[in-house]
Amino acid sequence: MKYIYDMHQTMLSHSLILVYEGEFTQEITKSVLAMAERNMDSSGEESSVKRKVFNVMVECLQNIVKHASELKDQDNPNHSAIFMIGKEDDHYIIISGNPIKNDVVPILQEKLDKINSLDRDGLKELYKSIIKNTEISEKGGAGLGFVDMARKSGNKLQFEFHEIDTEKSFFMLKSSIVRS
Amino acid sequence: MDILNLEGTEDTPKIILDKSNEIFEISGRSLPEDSAEFYQPVLDWIEQYSNAPVAATEFVFKLEYFNTASSKLILDVLSALEDIDGTTILWYFHEDDEDMEEAGEEFSELVEIPFEFKTY
Repeated sequence: MKYIYDMHQTMLSHSLILVYEGEFTQEITKSVLAMAERNMDSSGEESSVKRKVFNVMVECLQNIVKHASELKDQDNPNHSAIFMIGKEDDHYIIISGNPIKNDVVPILQEKLDKINSLDRDGLKELYKSIIKNTEISEKGGAGLGFVDMARKSGNKLQFEFHEIDTEKSFFMLKSSIVRS
Repeated sequence: MDILNLEGTEDTPKIILDKSNEIFEISGRSLPEDSAEFYQPVLDWIEQYSNAPVAATEFVFKLEYFNTASSKLILDVLSALEDIDGTTILWYFHEDDEDMEEAGEEFSELVEIPFEFKTY
């Protein structure tokens, strides 16, 4: 049973206030959002910070929901993802990890590198050009979610890919939101 | 013309489109699972309305939050309204919500409709 203690210690040492592992759906998204909102309300968080955290969480969670359905029809059922919220004295951390197809890795890498290379005004222009020129039917909203996460968090998006096998990689994404 | 009246939920906005009472309003939270499907009735309603609109359509957006998938559809709604003469967008935002204010400004730069900004 030591793993329970270890897990608890891991959560404490990383200041994680919520960890969810498993299948992601819109219903789960709503539940996670409600829990996080209650936590922020009870700790008297500023409304501007609450809104930004909520915003980044939604894009993060809905990204996972979308990508989970892409992998669903494959033979390997192991496509569950992880979502975490960390709360430090001066910032919140929103973390996601989910399996993706290997051929998506370079595309994501390029999108995220581009987003991270832009300043506030650059992100605003990118947002406007994407929203004007894409159809929503394109899955993933052509990276609109990532652009919004970068804008609302006000920080660079941290990310890493971990190769699972010849077909899949685990995509880890971390954004932080300053508590003012 | 039929009234479109949708109660708001935790992930979808409240919508009232009522020509005879001249109420056109989308308010609350918008993060539906499928935003295109959710907004289709709104787009259909506006298309029909555009055949015989009132002289001055004041269309209210009073959103507390919307996700990026909804933002594309909100732009589609605005684009549909663009073709209706005499339309004004009343964009409400909470007085300390700079992001919602900025979102309205961005939309106003993407369509040719007058926007009035109001706080609540």
